[in-house]
Amino acid sequence: MAKSTRDIKRRIKGISNIKQITNAMELVASVKMRKARARLERTRPYYNTVLNSIKDVLSYTKVSHPLLEEREVIKSLYIVVTADRGLAGGYNANVTRLVDSKFKNDKESISLITVGSKGRDFFRNRGYHIVKSFQGISEEPEFKDAREIGKIAIDLFLEGQVDEINIVYTRFISNISYDARIMKLLPVDDLKVEGEDKLKPIIDFEPSPEEVLDYLIPKYIESTIFGALIEASSSEQAARRVAMENATDNAEEMIEELNISYNRARQAAITMEISEIVAGADALK
Amino acid sequence: MAKVHLQIVTPEKEFFNGQVDMVIAKGVEGDFAILRGRAPIATPLEIGKLRIKQDGVERIAAICGGYLTALDNEVTIVTDSAEWPEEIDVERAMEAKKRAEARLNGKDPNIDVARAEAALRRAMNRLEVSKDKK
Repeated sequence: MAKSTRDIKRRIKGISNIKQITNAMELVASVKMRKARARLERTRPYYNTVLNSIKDVLSYTKVSHPLLEEREVIKSLYIVVTADRGLAGGYNANVTRLVDSKFKNDKESISLITVGSKGRDFFRNRGYHIVKSFQGISEEPEFKDAREIGKIAIDLFLEGQVDEINIVYTRFISNISYDARIMKLLPVDDLKVEGEDKLKPIIDFEPSPEEVLDYLIPKYIESTIFGALIEASSSEQAARRVAMENATDNAEEMIEELNISYNRARQAAITMEISEIVAGADALK
Repeated sequence: MAKVHLQIVTPEKEFFNGQVDMVIAKGVEGDFAILRGRAPIATPLEIGKLRIKQDGVERIAAICGGYLTALDNEVTIVTDSAEWPEEIDVERAMEAKKRAEARLNGKDPNIDVARAEAALRRAMNRLEVSKDKK
């Protein structure tokens, strides 16, 4: 209790200021999260439908297509979705760690497309190969952003520079829960339905199977990327809200503790003063 | 009349979900209709009008490309944008049309002709469909 009351007061003031800021950030994040969630809810049917219909179509056909080609995987492409800004708890670290822990000793085997400056900085500092990085889209992703990313990824695959395309993003489960995960986009072996013995009707492709797949597969990649971006933007806001809520709570707790020590110090000072006065009075007797 | 289930989705929202009598869409090789019992089909769509017949009433929507699949009486249309006539912003479409025309008629050799043409087609389609407003 050696600290003077003035020092303690100064600290309380400082922490109150921080609390105000974190509190404001929490409110902003929760408004943004509500918006992002509404958007997620509207968009989920879209990419779920695209995913289902491509699954259907692929299970009906045996057509070969350059984008369905399965090669030995020498080089993989990872599309890593992070935020542009921090202060979101473990949100960015979870995503980057997922990739880094897998390829720490094998950096040559992957190329990256990063979304969000946090991911870019993390991987650039560690010497990963980044094909392209996108900033300023992770908060409110547009479909055209997904289209652009998809095009780069598809071109790399067709040129044979990569043999596999994966996307790493944070899936939004609820306001307080979200998990970072890796999803494989190409080759589409996961999409092929196992139940081959089931008799499938023949599907018509107008004008031709190749042309339909030419259209359908890029669409599938774009919409999956778009879905991942939307999921990630909701997760980002949710993570930030939780992180800021915790920070505010912690600040409150600290202020409370400091208040107690402030009162104690004040009381101690008063007691000391009284005993000094009493001692002084005694001495005069 | 026997019905098929129709679902139309866009990146922005689920546009339509319900039982309909018939769907008429514009494919790359012309208009075609889908009724109950259609053999499975998958095909890309053009920018154009989509006609939905539901309980004897015909509804029209403007759609921008995308594709259609029909499997087991489940028709799914995935498109970049879909609008009912009353949702169309006529002024915006007019402006887009003018812009696209100006770009196509302009002397600038660096324009992306395909993109300008697509923009023009989208705008014309919107204007066309908006005339069906009741």
